[in-house]
Amino acid sequence: MKTANRDDILAILSEVKDPEIPVIDVVELGIVRDIVIDDNEVRVDITPTYSGCPAMQVIEREIVSTLQSHGFQNARVNTVYSPAWTTDWITPEAREKLRAYGIAPPTGRSDFGGIAELVSLRRARPTTECPFCGSANTIIKSEFGSTACKSIHYCNSCHQPFDYFKAF
Amino acid sequence: MSDNLFQYLLRLGDDRLVLGHRLSEWCGHGPILEEDIALANIALDLIGQANLYLRIAGETEGKGRSEDDLAYFREAIDYRNVQIVELPRGDYAFTIVRQFCFDVFNYHVLEQLQSSKHAELAGIAAKGFKEARYHVRHSSEWVLRFGDGTEESHTRAQNALNELWRFTGEMFEADNVDRAMLADGIGADIEGIKPKWEAVVKDVFSRATLSVPNDPPAMTGGRRGRHTESLGHMLSEMQIVARSHPGAEW
Repeated sequence: MKTANRDDILAILSEVKDPEIPVIDVVELGIVRDIVIDDNEVRVDITPTYSGCPAMQVIEREIVSTLQSHGFQNARVNTVYSPAWTTDWITPEAREKLRAYGIAPPTGRSDFGGIAELVSLRRARPTTECPFCGSANTIIKSEFGSTACKSIHYCNSCHQPFDYFKAF
Repeated sequence: MSDNLFQYLLRLGDDRLVLGHRLSEWCGHGPILEEDIALANIALDLIGQANLYLRIAGETEGKGRSEDDLAYFREAIDYRNVQIVELPRGDYAFTIVRQFCFDVFNYHVLEQLQSSKHAELAGIAAKGFKEARYHVRHSSEWVLRFGDGTEESHTRAQNALNELWRFTGEMFEADNVDRAMLADGIGADIEGIKPKWEAVVKDVFSRATLSVPNDPPAMTGGRRGRHTESLGHMLSEMQIVARSHPGAEW
C-alpha cells in the first residue's frame, strides 16, 4: 500500500464535504477524531454529530471512497462515541465559511445549564447575529430546522430568514 | 451479567424507537410547519439513539442480530418499552404532554448514564443527553403554552394529562435488571430519579395551570412484554416493509 503520514491523510479527508453543508469538510467539522496508519490499512476514527444524523452514513462512504481514489485501497472508518462531539470542535475558519454560506455559526456555550433553566420560558436566550447583515436584532422561530444541527431564525433588520448552526 | 445488560439495552432502545415512531407519524400532519419539522427532528434523534442502543444490544446478545433485526423482526411481546410511549399519538396536546413526561425522564436517565462504566453506553448517552436538553425545552414550552393558553388548549392538555398520568409510574419501576445494572455501575438509578422527575413536571404543570390527577400509577408490564393493544398495530405498520422484503437494502 501507498505510504503516507497523518497530514497526508488529513489533506485527503479535507476533500470530503458535509453533504448537507458542502462548504465545510469533515476535518473542519471536528468529527475526525483519530487516524491510524499501519502497513496495510488506513483507519479513520470519526464521531457522529447527532445520534440520528442521516449525513453520517454518506460521510462514512465518502471517506472510504475518497481514500481509495488516492490509492489507499484498505481504508476503513471506525465510529467512536466517546467523548461526544461538540460544536466547540468546529474550526474558526469553518465558522466563517458557514457565515459566508448564510448559516450563523454556533456561538456561546454548548451547555445550557440545569433542568430548572430548561423548563423556564424566561431563560436567557443568547443573541444570534444575522449572517447576512450582522444585526443582533433577530428572533428565533424554531429550535428545530431543516437538519438536526440547525435552528430557524428571522432577522428584523434585513427581514431575511436564516439558519443557525446550534451550539451543541 | 450479559443477559441483564442485553435486557437493559433493549429497554433503552425500545423506549426511544417506539416513541420516535409515534412522533414520526406527525410528519406531514403537524399543526404548523415549524412543529411538523420539530417533531420530525425529535423523532430522528430518538430513532438514532435507539439505533445505537439496539446495535450494542445485538452485540451483547452475541447471536448475530443487528439493530435492524431487533427493530423489525421482533413481535410486540418481545418489545421491552414502557407502555406510555406506545399509546396512539392522539391530538397535539396528548403528543406534547406525553413527550414532556418522557423528555424529563430521559434527561435524568441520560444525565446519569454519561458516567456509566460501560464506555460505549456512556458515550452514546452523552450525545443523547445533549439532544434531550433541546427536547425538554421544546416540550415544556408547549405544555406551558397549552395549559395556560386558551380554554380549548387548556382543556385538551388537561384531558391528556388525565389520560397519561397513570402510565407514568412504570418509567420508575426498578426490577432485578435495573438493580443489577445499577449495582454494576452501568445503569441509572430510576427509583432515585422519580422524586426529581416529579418535582420538575409538577412545577411545570402547576405553572401551566394544569392539575395533576390523584390516580395512582396503574399501568405497567411493558418491561416484561405486556403491552396495550396499540403496540401490535404500530409494529405491523413499522415492520411491514422489512418483513415483506427481507434482506432488502435501500
